[in-house]
Amino acid sequence: MTGGSVSSSLSSLTNRVRATRFPLAAPPWPASVPRPDPERRVGLEYDHEWSRRYPVRLARAIVVDNVTRPAARLLAPPTIRGLEHLQHIDGPVIFAANHASHIDTPLLLTTLPVEFRHRTVVAAASDYFFDRTWKSVVWSFALAAIPIDRSRVNRKSSDTAAELIGDGWNLVIFPEGGRSPDGWTQPFHAASAGYLGKRTGRPVVPVYLHGTRHVLPKTGEAGAKGPGGSGTESRRGGRLRRSPIAVLFGAPMTPDEGENTRRYSDRIEAAVATLAREVQSDWWQARRSVSAADPVPGAATAHRGPEASAWRRAWALDGPPSRDRRREWPD
Amino acid sequence: MSRRPGFVLEVDKSAPPTWFWNGEGFSLETLPEGSRVIYAPEPIEPIKDPYRAIRDALLHPVGDRDPLPALLRPGMTLTICFDDISLPLPQMEAPDVRQMVIETVLDMAAEAGVDDVVLIAALALHRRMTEEELRHALGDRVYDAFAPSGLLTQHDAEDPSNLLYIGETDQGEEVEINKRAATSDLLVYVNINLVSMDGGHKSVATGLASYRSLRHHHNPQTMRHSKSFMDQHRSELHSSNWRMGRLIAESGVKVFQIETTLNNDTFPPNFAFLQKREWEWSLRDRATYTATSKALEKTPPRLARQIFHSIRSPHALTSVQAGEVEAVHELTTANVWAQQGVAVEGQTDILTMGLPFICPYNVNSIMNPILVACLGLGYFFNMYRGKPLVREGGVVIMRHPTRPEFHPGHHPSYIDFYEQVLTQTVDPVRMSKEFEESFATDPWYIHLYRTGHAYHGVHPFYMWYWCAHALQHVGRVIVVGGDTKAVRRLGFTPASSLDDALEMATDVVGPSPTLTHLHNPPILMSDVQ
Repeated sequence: MTGGSVSSSLSSLTNRVRATRFPLAAPPWPASVPRPDPERRVGLEYDHEWSRRYPVRLARAIVVDNVTRPAARLLAPPTIRGLEHLQHIDGPVIFAANHASHIDTPLLLTTLPVEFRHRTVVAAASDYFFDRTWKSVVWSFALAAIPIDRSRVNRKSSDTAAELIGDGWNLVIFPEGGRSPDGWTQPFHAASAGYLGKRTGRPVVPVYLHGTRHVLPKTGEAGAKGPGGSGTESRRGGRLRRSPIAVLFGAPMTPDEGENTRRYSDRIEAAVATLAREVQSDWWQARRSVSAADPVPGAATAHRGPEASAWRRAWALDGPPSRDRRREWPD
Repeated sequence: MSRRPGFVLEVDKSAPPTWFWNGEGFSLETLPEGSRVIYAPEPIEPIKDPYRAIRDALLHPVGDRDPLPALLRPGMTLTICFDDISLPLPQMEAPDVRQMVIETVLDMAAEAGVDDVVLIAALALHRRMTEEELRHALGDRVYDAFAPSGLLTQHDAEDPSNLLYIGETDQGEEVEINKRAATSDLLVYVNINLVSMDGGHKSVATGLASYRSLRHHHNPQTMRHSKSFMDQHRSELHSSNWRMGRLIAESGVKVFQIETTLNNDTFPPNFAFLQKREWEWSLRDRATYTATSKALEKTPPRLARQIFHSIRSPHALTSVQAGEVEAVHELTTANVWAQQGVAVEGQTDILTMGLPFICPYNVNSIMNPILVACLGLGYFFNMYRGKPLVREGGVVIMRHPTRPEFHPGHHPSYIDFYEQVLTQTVDPVRMSKEFEESFATDPWYIHLYRTGHAYHGVHPFYMWYWCAHALQHVGRVIVVGGDTKAVRRLGFTPASSLDDALEMATDVVGPSPTLTHLHNPPILMSDVQ
């Protein structure tokens, strides 16, 4: 089966699912009726402890290694750099990555070395991935996801994450708190990776995921479903598309002596931004450009894009990395 | 979570389709935006220990009555009357509330040494109950203690030797009731008050009466002046019964009234979706709905009917009160309203309703076209207080297959009514003048009523009179999905779909009409402001 026919079949399936109406699909909730407080324990209250029991871990490992990983490789052939940083550290660690697509999590998990892959939990937005029981079950099983509150600092969320790290679980977290609306990185929340790194004393590994938004764009992404468009753009939103990606791991980071959480978080963000520049050039050029921009890593080094119109910001972002790109050596 | 009150949904784009009964089936219909859907309050938490509550009520009666044990003595005659198969709907899971009450009364009677006890099913002109139905209502213990010796009887409104003429009310209404009940030292009446129409003086004055007596309030004039007969204070049906009841009391008949209310938990968990608000349907509800509706499409109506009538309702006791008739009934009515009342702002141009497989007169039987009319225009239309839900000159749209099928054993006179009367007239007044008496006095119908399980010959007329208020009030009645000939025979308009019916309705009520849907189950009472 060709890539085109796979894509076509997926589109057809997606259309069918979307066309399903009540009672086969869940009923819509009338706008005039206030939603009651959920009696079921979903969201932050969801009990996900079961997803870390051994039988479930075994089942998840089988699925991840035999289904998710091959599928991810087929759908998004990855270029992976910086794995050597993970060879000499003992877990648990905190992986702090930029976030552009829902596909980020499975792609990142499947590129982790096996000693990390099956002992990693993923911080997922409680209001999106844990708002229904069935979603909570699916994501807890498939990704070992745990619910976090992304809208504000929540003691329960951070306590849960810190306890799991204390129990030896690695944590994947997206400090932006949500997917980027246009591909450029959003400011990192200080109360995420930086805070957890300081609180637990475990290293933070910066990760940059490149090109994932081409694989599964965010629905409603600027230009994807914007009003006044040609109409063709909307076909991109929320559909899987085969495209290569790059995953870059940076050196593990620990807080400096006396460094506060905000500063530490900025440094983590800058490290991710450096990795982003590395995709365009190489390790050395990336560091040189960062030093020139801001010798003290901070907001100016962040991968936030030009302050310009939407199209120019989109223009400034490069396309998906070519897997066959060859380094050109000077003559 | 605390119990939620009734609710009126304003249909908008985001509202899911609305559930309609369709006889022994159901459907989801998309109502126009701006329509209202009335949902019943959620079930009241039942009494945890019903036997204790019943005993307490008998020991602490309301009104001018002594506690029941004080009224019982050796050598007295005690008659216990109870509501028949028409209540509750569907039949409730065992133990039936009648069983619980009667067992408690009999315990007290046994303690007091009362020997002369007779039980009477207060049938009025309804069909006699079968042994199985009696056993279900009373329990095996009661049935086996009384039936073999002939002490469990069913009221016979055509047995002159067992009727007693009490007298006339100041309005000239003749009162004639069951002789054994009237001549007993104490008459205990056990009610199930499923709707606010039930109980009060109507229990004895109607349930134990003869045709001679019933005809004074079961007629088109009375029903047209009962607005509605669910609202005692605006119901001529009740006024007449109250006059009769007071005359019965004045004549020396001592009635100890026991009234019970049930919550509206109507269907067992397997059919939970039937009484849920559509947007709250779970995956299981949707799967059950889809599987059931698809299966019912392939099921012969006869089998579907058997399946539905085998359902036992989880109705549970929410209150019990005993003592003097009027004092008891006032409390009961308040308790019924607490369970069923929904405040609704204003009337509507079009009232829609899905009609189920069951009404009070076809338990374990067939819902024939006359009963379809009675359920829609008699019962559902009248489930209001204040003003009817539909405005004068408005349209009622009912959904039901309305097959011209009759149970020959239960409804023999209905067949002739359908063929001989409805072909001549659908006017209640005219049929009451021209046809009623011949049906009421027909020896064959009387024979079937007394010896078989047939409703009285006059009963189909009463069902039609039940519709009299609605027939006078509304501009048109449309039946969606009904048998065309049967619907036309009833004087209604057939429509193949709800959209067609709405289109037809605009001919009567004009363009852009308002629409209100009476969502059931469970049953509800609209308090129309």
